[in-house]
Amino acid sequence: MQDDQQLQPSQIEAAQVKGWQGWIEHRIPFFSFAKEHLIHYATPKNLNYFWNMGSLAGITLVIMILSGIFLAAEYVPHTDHAFASVERIMREVNGGWIIRYLHMNGASMFFIVIYIHIFRGLYYGSYKAPRELLWLLGVVILLLMMATAFMGYVLPWGQMSFWGATVITNLFSAVPVFGESIVEFLWGGYSVDNPTLNRFFVLHYLIPFLIVGVVILHLVTLHTHGSNNPTGVDKKTPKDTIPFHPYYTLKDLFGLGVFALIWATIIFFMPNMFGEPDNYIPANPMVTPPHIVPEWYFLPFYAILRCVPEKGLGVILMFSAVLVLAMVPWLDRSPIRSSRFRPVFRYFSWLLVVTCIALGWSGAQTPDGLPLMISRVATMYYFAHFLIVMPLCTRYERRMKLPESIDAYYQSSHNKAKDM
Amino acid sequence: MSSEFLPHSVNPDPHDMPPVEDKKRRDFLILATTAVGGVGAASFMWPFINSFNPAADTKAGATVDIDISQVHIGQAITVMWRGKPLFVRRRTPVEIKEAQAVDINSLRDPQSDQVRVKKPEWLVVVGVCTHLGCVPIGQKTTENRGKYGGYFCPCHGSTYDTSGRIRLGPAPTNLVVPPYTFLNDKTLRIGQDKA
Amino acid sequence: MTKLLWRYILIGGLISFTFSASANDAEKPPAVTWSFNKLWGTFDRASLQRGFQVYKQVCATCHSVKYMRYEKLSALGFSEAEIKAIASEHEVPGPINDNGEPTTRKATPADFLPSPFPNDQAARAANNGALPPDLTLMAKAREFGTNYIQALLTGYVNPPKDFHLVEGMHYNKYFPGHQIAMPAPLMDNQVEFADGTKATIHQMAHDVTTFLAWTAEPEMEARKQLGLKVIIYLIVFSAMLYVLKRRAWKDVK
Repeated sequence: MQDDQQLQPSQIEAAQVKGWQGWIEHRIPFFSFAKEHLIHYATPKNLNYFWNMGSLAGITLVIMILSGIFLAAEYVPHTDHAFASVERIMREVNGGWIIRYLHMNGASMFFIVIYIHIFRGLYYGSYKAPRELLWLLGVVILLLMMATAFMGYVLPWGQMSFWGATVITNLFSAVPVFGESIVEFLWGGYSVDNPTLNRFFVLHYLIPFLIVGVVILHLVTLHTHGSNNPTGVDKKTPKDTIPFHPYYTLKDLFGLGVFALIWATIIFFMPNMFGEPDNYIPANPMVTPPHIVPEWYFLPFYAILRCVPEKGLGVILMFSAVLVLAMVPWLDRSPIRSSRFRPVFRYFSWLLVVTCIALGWSGAQTPDGLPLMISRVATMYYFAHFLIVMPLCTRYERRMKLPESIDAYYQSSHNKAKDM
Repeated sequence: MSSEFLPHSVNPDPHDMPPVEDKKRRDFLILATTAVGGVGAASFMWPFINSFNPAADTKAGATVDIDISQVHIGQAITVMWRGKPLFVRRRTPVEIKEAQAVDINSLRDPQSDQVRVKKPEWLVVVGVCTHLGCVPIGQKTTENRGKYGGYFCPCHGSTYDTSGRIRLGPAPTNLVVPPYTFLNDKTLRIGQDKA
Repeated sequence: MTKLLWRYILIGGLISFTFSASANDAEKPPAVTWSFNKLWGTFDRASLQRGFQVYKQVCATCHSVKYMRYEKLSALGFSEAEIKAIASEHEVPGPINDNGEPTTRKATPADFLPSPFPNDQAARAANNGALPPDLTLMAKAREFGTNYIQALLTGYVNPPKDFHLVEGMHYNKYFPGHQIAMPAPLMDNQVEFADGTKATIHQMAHDVTTFLAWTAEPEMEARKQLGLKVIIYLIVFSAMLYVLKRRAWKDVK
């Protein structure tokens, strides 16, 4: 910080704060930071409810860590006791069933929020310059979340826990030459067993704190240039923005209320809706369940994995499905950010949504006949969307005229009603 | 930086507040919502905090029934109760007399023998020294029972008498008498005052 | 969204109907009305007690309910004394005696319901190599839960003419693969219910299934009651926040 740089209003304000707040402020600029980034923070005034997903994801992360810690206080990460310790939590620990169902369904809620959050990014071009790093950090968070969720599902040590772990860890045997060694290294043995469970528990506890770190970086990069908005047009004048508080604090809290309502309805009235009945059977290495299915949020990737007969190719395709997301800022270089002003791209965006749903559905079926055909067509479109549609649209899509500014667009009442 | 983007019309300015009526209503709603939110947040935290309290199975293990039919006079048995050793000693007539004869006022922790036992023959105490938690010796007749024939704590020398009362050494109070009751002549239930 | 898009979704929806995940060609069990399945459902206590009796007198010969403790049976309406009496009818492993030998003792309310067999191998030996599964979570461990259990118990019929039934197995309409190692466990009037209810196969199946629904989810009634309070609270809280949000946003031009 240069000495001759002009002091910001908030900093002048801060220097004049008296009392205990002044004492803290002088030693760590906590209050001026809060004012600058949470209260006065200039946010586009036209954000729709898609923009609630970020705060919801952050709150879900905190709740998952909190409930996870309290579960960890009672859970036993040993193959002989894991299943029974979870049942003990459900039956004997005070409020144990609440904490368990909260955590179990929280994973699903987390992925619902994050998938909508990602879709918002794709649809409105939030990954375009200067927000490429924001997007990349998001992909990192997604990968860490997937690892955490995968390992978390193994912990109850039910049939799906065990066999899901077996199938997915076995995938690494596809690596040429070193495959078998890698798998034994992951397992800590010759099959999924106690060493595997123990290390999955440790990593499942650890990674969420890494996620917190990446989320902080994600927020720092966000605040460097501020939020995108549904028009995709940069903010130009103060008329384009409003302070974060009270407008978006209240909107986020309301969104939280609705989100909590959905989460609570699931916990208290349909707690096993997302789950697999087979996971209420203790793990048995001698008996494979007729259908091994991962949790719903992994189904699209599972479909991609199984759409080709070669294991190695399936693995590459599955990982590529996530990694291709990282390439998006360089695959789509249209100067127009938002799909609101890109009718052709918008159509394909919705097609991508349908594709992902089709992948999710076929991931739950046996991979033959019609489901296999659908998963192949859907996989082809999935990759085509990023590798072909995006570059082609960049080059050939007719460029619509963008509004002058956020405010200009906002003023036309015709557009205020429709929020997409 | 970002504050240059704030239109002044939207900056909270204390000098152009809305009419007082409106302000009162708005403040009430904010207050009410904050209160409701606070109640929700506290209620949300309760299951987590309460999960640390003893669970149902822990509380169920809180009573233990002991068969005392095989304990002869002068014999003692040690049982686990709530994770700690419990001393059950069938006292000899000499031990009972010695316990009852002590002048209570001379005791560091004055307690008569009568209030410490339900049946004079049976001494039931938690075998944890009240000084720093070691397990005193003296359950077996072959062990050092200390000067008063009761228990002796090898850690720092606390000496207890045949009623489990502290007589010498650093322990501040007598050995704890747990809640217990005789279900019948053969069975002692620890952890419950009445059957 | 474009018309084309709606067409895709319609087709997708139609396709999904024809491909509901089926488990090895076993028939889908018929839907049964359960007192506890409704939104504010509760367990029928009389049915629970009858079901517990069926479990004790019929099923417990081979099946354990090992995650349930006697103490919890108070939810069925039994008093503390009754539970103590029920528990003391059974033996559980006791402490090792001074000779180093294992002992048994009478169960207390704190104990888990004991397994009929000391280990899996003994269970298999007594059942032609088949392992009778633990029943505590059965209502949650099968896709159609309680409907499936009831259907299974009443689904023993003669196999179709050309069906090859392996020796020692029994034909069941609802068991995946149709061949189940367990012989039909229920017979009419097999038990005498204390409340005088006629013990038909259907009645016993219904009651023991209700009992198993409880062993799988003993917290269900508390869960739904608390859920109602939480949902009402969240509706009120969200509504208040919505009003505050709208009022604040009114002055955004």
